[in-house]
Amino acid sequence: MELHDVWFVLIAVLWTGYFFLEGFDFGVGILTKLLARDRSERRVLINTVGPVWDGNEVWLLTAGGATFAAFPEWYATLFSGFYLPLLVILVCLIVRGVAFEYRAKRPEENWQRNWERAIFWTSLIPAFLWGVAFGNIVRGVKIDRHFEYVGSFWDLLNPYALLGGLVTLTLFTFHGAVFTALKTVGDIRGRARQLALWAGLLAAVLAVAFLLWTQADSGDGKSLVALIVAAVALVGALVANQLGREGWAFSLSGLTIVAAVAMLFLSLFPNVMPSTLDGNWSLTVSNASSSPYTLKIMTWLAVIATPLVVLYQGWTYWVFRKRIGTQHIAEPAH
Amino acid sequence: MDLALAPETLARWQFGITTVYHFLFVPLTISLAALTAGLQTAWVRTEKEKYLRATKFWGKLFLINIAMGVVTGIVQEFQFGMNWSDYSRFVGDIFGAPLAFEALIAFFFESTFIGLWIFGWDKLPKKIHLACIWMVSIGTILSAYFILAANSWMQHPVGYKIDKVRGRAELTDFLAVLTQNTALSQVFHTLAAAFLTGGAFMVGISAYHLARKKHIREMKTSLRLGLITVVIAGMLTAVSGDTLGKVMFKQQPMKMAAAEALWDGQKPAPFSIFAYGDVEKGHNTVAIEIPGLLSFLANDNFTSEVPGINDVNKAEQQQFGPGDYRPNIPVAFWGFRWMIGFGMASFALGLAGLWLTRKKFMLPEHLRVGEDEVPHLVLFGKKALGPRTAPWFWRVATWTMAFPLIANSWGWIFTEMGRQPWVVYGVLRTRDAVSPGVSQGEVLTSMIVFTSLYAILAVIEVKLLAKYVKAGPPELTEDDLNPPTKIGGDTRDADKPMAFSY
Repeated sequence: MELHDVWFVLIAVLWTGYFFLEGFDFGVGILTKLLARDRSERRVLINTVGPVWDGNEVWLLTAGGATFAAFPEWYATLFSGFYLPLLVILVCLIVRGVAFEYRAKRPEENWQRNWERAIFWTSLIPAFLWGVAFGNIVRGVKIDRHFEYVGSFWDLLNPYALLGGLVTLTLFTFHGAVFTALKTVGDIRGRARQLALWAGLLAAVLAVAFLLWTQADSGDGKSLVALIVAAVALVGALVANQLGREGWAFSLSGLTIVAAVAMLFLSLFPNVMPSTLDGNWSLTVSNASSSPYTLKIMTWLAVIATPLVVLYQGWTYWVFRKRIGTQHIAEPAH
Repeated sequence: MDLALAPETLARWQFGITTVYHFLFVPLTISLAALTAGLQTAWVRTEKEKYLRATKFWGKLFLINIAMGVVTGIVQEFQFGMNWSDYSRFVGDIFGAPLAFEALIAFFFESTFIGLWIFGWDKLPKKIHLACIWMVSIGTILSAYFILAANSWMQHPVGYKIDKVRGRAELTDFLAVLTQNTALSQVFHTLAAAFLTGGAFMVGISAYHLARKKHIREMKTSLRLGLITVVIAGMLTAVSGDTLGKVMFKQQPMKMAAAEALWDGQKPAPFSIFAYGDVEKGHNTVAIEIPGLLSFLANDNFTSEVPGINDVNKAEQQQFGPGDYRPNIPVAFWGFRWMIGFGMASFALGLAGLWLTRKKFMLPEHLRVGEDEVPHLVLFGKKALGPRTAPWFWRVATWTMAFPLIANSWGWIFTEMGRQPWVVYGVLRTRDAVSPGVSQGEVLTSMIVFTSLYAILAVIEVKLLAKYVKAGPPELTEDDLNPPTKIGGDTRDADKPMAFSY
């Protein structure tokens, strides 16, 4: 296994971490409209992710920075090629971060309502668009001999990618609902379980269709194993949710995301961004990667820093392990 | 869509707008994190309530500010690939690594521990909670270091080779990138300026309250902390600026010649205070100068030769082929002056403030005040500034808050525009760095979107800051004074509301 293969795996790990973690806080954001009945319930939801959403988002920044360092050609083609969708995602992430931090800083009804709306939309839109983006990466896009994306914006909205978008949207909603059931007390907890059932069933249908499509297009034995793991985990998560085993349900919905991302990356390898125009123009782990020296330095960084990050980020979740209910939300003094 | 512009023009405007905007928040974040941590340390050590109230007050302003810094930083990380894909392809092997280091080490630190700090008041024992804000502070400083090392490589590329087959630059010595003198002096200068910014912010807001005789205890402490920060950071900014200048005279003589509108090499070279010239013809029509000073700034020697714009241009034409290697001279010249002028003005105010509010033992008996009184402003001898002049000091101190922000912005505009036409000095031209596949229409769209979004957020942010500034330090609650003893919080009452919630 060469270093660029190692880095293909590590990039996959970073995206997996991002979708696992931000996946549920996107989901929670979506639930502020689907599940919460009033302001104090919305606040319960927001506060389940309050201390952690920012750290979750850094997985994206790290995936971006690491792709830049380890696969500059991939970073360049992907980010310039998917220009407008990325612009939308960036706008959402900007507004979303501000919304979390500023919502409670003024007591006015309108102020709070507007930021709550913002949290819903800026969670929903990226949750959908990331699936569209990955659908296009896996399926391949029009890339010319200079590794430039030459397709149009509309080419990115093909049926396969749109289905991918629906999969991430529903899967994250499910993941968020399961997380909510795990992190709350009171009435909202039971309703979160019910909503998780419906979101999970929907996600299961869409995800199985999407992953089978992927398997038929570009899968192999390994990706088939990942597909089966994803499917079994999702069913397991649904069962655990119905049995009220919330910790298990969350672990398994997380495993579903891990396995689904693994399956996408497995069916991508050794490409990182296939060209639909000419197979020779595809970006691969070898023609898109950095020099062995850079990859070696990056590997040292990853080997030392990643376990530490997992450790102290994990500790954060332990510090804030208590469940939250409406009784825990005080009216802030203004 | 073709706007008859050079392909890089819009991408440069967008980068300029988003980066200058981002850097309004960065220096405040770096300095307020450390200053807040300092105040909280004082609280933990002395248990004086004024320190806790001050911690909460500045901490709140810090949080309002860092939220903007974080979200506008995401754009920075993405737009290299979006707008500068050929740059990313050419330098990614080198430039990407410090960015990855920044994300994996600094960003995780900041974002994780800030969550713990915001929500941790009733979840973490006092000292662990304090450690969290220090971790955030370390994160901000590490972040500055890595990104400035990356920028320094664009100013002065080292530790690389050009791979002709793959048509890109490749890293050969990462340590050289992280430790070259450009990086070290840039880090030193930027961090010093960051603390000047935060110090002036503290001084300005404390002055606002002291002028109104409100929250005197906390604001007197903050004023002193701010003034000391301004004076020390101001001195360090000047010293590091001088060091960085000397480095730049060697590494980018064009930038420094442009900063001085020094058209032709002179020995000794004068420092220009004011100049108005003809860029086409390459000379100044009006100039007010201090003889020999530029030679000294460049080489520590009042009689040495400093090459001029025309000389460097010719030398670069010989080295790199025909072309115009001059940056925008008026921007470089005035940017340099505004940077120094506004920066040093805030330093001067800090010195004045520190003198006017000097400590008791330096004052005669009748001018000393108690802990709950606004200090007298004593210029000389035995008389304090009167009721007419004293308010002016507080007012000027409040306005001066903006000065370092202006200086910082011009500093970056100077250093980045002064490097043109290069994006990586001597290696890659800016016009060869843009994304060839991204249309001008797309760039225009994103530029308009970011600019309008940033403008709206600026209004929201400033109003929110103003609200919390005016509100002053909060009253302390029972919980504030009785922090938990166990991690996760003491289990006194399962239904007790959280000390802080969004």
